[in-house]
Amino acid sequence: MIPEYGHFALILALCLSLVLAVVPMLGATLGRPLWMASARPLAFGQLVLVAISFGCLAAAFLGDDFSVRYVAQNGNSLLPVYYKISAVWGAHEGSLLLWVLVLAGWTAAVAAFSRELPPELVARVLAVMGMIAVGFHLFLLLTSNPFERLLPMAPAEGRDLNPLLQDFGLIVHPPLLYMGYVGLSVPFAFAIAALLGGRMDVAWTRWTRPWTNIAWAFLTIGITLGSWWAYYELGWGGWWFWDPVENASFMPWLIATALVHSLAVTEKRGLFRGWTLLLAIFAFALSLLGTFMVRSGVLTSVHAFASDPTRGVFVLAFLGVVIGGSLLLYGLRAPALRVPASFGWRSREAFVLANNGLLAVITAVILLGTLYPLVADVMGWGKISVGPPYFNSFFVPLTLALALLMGIGALLQWKDSAPAPMARAAGLGALVAVPAAGLLPWLWGSWQWGAALALAATAWIAALTVRDLWRKSAFAPSRWQGLQRLRGGYWGMVCAHLGIAVAIAGAGVASSYSVQQDVRMEPGDTQVVAGYEFRFDGVTARDGPNYHAQIGAFDVRRDGHPVAHLEPEKRRYQGGQVMTEAGIDAGLGRDLYVVLGEPLDDTAWAVRLHVKPLVRWLWLGGALIAIGAVVAVGDRRYRRPVPVRAAVSANVVGP
Amino acid sequence: MARIKLFVPLIIFLVLAALLYLGLGHDPRELPSVLVDRPLPAFALPALGDDKALDQTLFRGGPHLLNVWGTWCGACRDEHPFLVELAAGGIPIIGLDYKDDPAAARRWLADMGNPYQEVIADGEGRLGLDLGVYGAPETYVVDATGVIRYRHVGILNAQIWRERIEPVYRKWLAP
Repeated sequence: MIPEYGHFALILALCLSLVLAVVPMLGATLGRPLWMASARPLAFGQLVLVAISFGCLAAAFLGDDFSVRYVAQNGNSLLPVYYKISAVWGAHEGSLLLWVLVLAGWTAAVAAFSRELPPELVARVLAVMGMIAVGFHLFLLLTSNPFERLLPMAPAEGRDLNPLLQDFGLIVHPPLLYMGYVGLSVPFAFAIAALLGGRMDVAWTRWTRPWTNIAWAFLTIGITLGSWWAYYELGWGGWWFWDPVENASFMPWLIATALVHSLAVTEKRGLFRGWTLLLAIFAFALSLLGTFMVRSGVLTSVHAFASDPTRGVFVLAFLGVVIGGSLLLYGLRAPALRVPASFGWRSREAFVLANNGLLAVITAVILLGTLYPLVADVMGWGKISVGPPYFNSFFVPLTLALALLMGIGALLQWKDSAPAPMARAAGLGALVAVPAAGLLPWLWGSWQWGAALALAATAWIAALTVRDLWRKSAFAPSRWQGLQRLRGGYWGMVCAHLGIAVAIAGAGVASSYSVQQDVRMEPGDTQVVAGYEFRFDGVTARDGPNYHAQIGAFDVRRDGHPVAHLEPEKRRYQGGQVMTEAGIDAGLGRDLYVVLGEPLDDTAWAVRLHVKPLVRWLWLGGALIAIGAVVAVGDRRYRRPVPVRAAVSANVVGP
Repeated sequence: MARIKLFVPLIIFLVLAALLYLGLGHDPRELPSVLVDRPLPAFALPALGDDKALDQTLFRGGPHLLNVWGTWCGACRDEHPFLVELAAGGIPIIGLDYKDDPAAARRWLADMGNPYQEVIADGEGRLGLDLGVYGAPETYVVDATGVIRYRHVGILNAQIWRERIEPVYRKWLAP
């Protein structure tokens, strides 16, 4: 019965979301306080029901109920408990249920933490989130019901979770990524509410900013984890493949990055309202587009879900209604929110605008590259695929331009800055960046362009950020007090910008100086790669809970001193799939990465040895960016109620 | 004019949506390799069952079929008897044992017959990745100079052979 309860709870959740989408919205339009007030309890009720439904599916996995089709396809009685739970989101239906659960969670969170906002705004925001929920509930119930039974012929054993997904990274990656994707629905809902209400005041920005930051932080962590997972689990030693599914998560991130910056300008100066609204709409649109691309089968990818055209039609129709409707609303209502802008080109506004332009261009380039095979196919130009050379040739120079502007922009003043300090800052940046480009690459033994440019960008951002920190902390009795006086918002920016610098260094150095060797090794053989001596000590067999593993032993030394002991594995799962588990010795300076290939005869194996300098910095950078976003949310000003007078005076006249 | 500008995002979106809708009707898996009419990617992989190193020179001397298969692939089992038949008819076929367990692959060939002149063991799927293999089975026609001339995704059977692949093979057989 439990799956039926889950199904029923989901239907009830759909009913609540229908009411949530309609009643508070009407209440806000007609000025009915009670109708508006219904939004909060409806949001909480929806969360409870979706959580029950999710719990029921998890219970079906834990209880090995293979009469449920989804459980039979993705579960197995031999799976360890934690994989039984993560198997809930191991395929299309369940991951969509997770998506809906996260959406219900965000909706309830907005309901819980918005007590100080005007009731009309809360009602509209929650109603917009309710509309999104209606779409996803219908999508689940009509095309992808996870509770469908296989009766009366229930199989005795499940087909097992895809072994690629039997991994810690995949337990945490999807929930975090979805927190980010779905979290973008919050700024989206705020944008729609602003357009409907014709108000976009200080209260609005102060409330939208922390939510956007949190969603952006989750998205950052989700993407970082995804890249890390691909690195250690796929066994190719790569960390970014420009695969459509990766692009699908990267595009909303880029636009959300622009949104975070645009919101800062809107809060501080009341400008860029049109940008902010459009970016909020597009960030969510791209996260819906990502869902569409992954689940509809229009594009092929290493990790696309089993695709189904009817699902594609549904998501596309939904996308059309949500995004088409929003952009129509924008076209009709945006003039009401316009304010005349005035700032000089040496102002922070100008640099934010330039960088937002760059971020939008990068997104457009990635979107084009991702969809080009589809376009070419539809237009009858033949079938083509677009690979990393295309993406890299655009992405690398644009990112360097972004780094250049970002270093300077962050230390300019609003409205306009004097030319002399700007020139001095640029001079200092150049003074650090040029030697960095000339000298630092030699740390890895040779000078290469890619690494030199990346290190110059890193040095430039880091030098200018630290210099600004130094100057800003000067106006206090002591340096320490000066640092303490700086606001959370500023610290967040420093942290995130340094994160970008760290990630750029990691990407540049790891791409330029990674060494890889494919060798045949007998037990006892040694092989030297980039100064590290790898000794192969043979292979032993061991059994896991649902697989047989062959485990290689490698001893790594440098200059005779032991450095690491690595145990790469080759696993054969019950379903017959073979997986490699790389043996990795992680370090801040370099990763040692060993993959066991094929047995070549009784004792010899094909082995792939990698030494990857600074590869960790990529993920460290991602973590710093996310920490920065969270630190900024801790800023005092978001905890103080907005003074009513400011809110009124900053309010632009409505329609 | 300024008002019309505000609708530009909407227009862009509508074009994109129309495109995606049209895209739904197309099967991306029909994608022929980008490599058609281009040389086979260089590779150096062991032969299945022994240490002999194989590389692209394997395809010299005349057109060959390159068949991507694996013991994990159910459809390959259906396809296999026809390959044996083709090989008996004198068509040279090179196998690419893709992401597979070599011991199981050797058993498979022992049980069901070996239609291949040589089998390249691509355990890590490296060559498969270079070729842009989506799944197995896939069959390529590679000419005597090592250039890929055709790609077929899915099972090869008598009809597909006659209608699509044999004409290409014959064309490159004649100098």
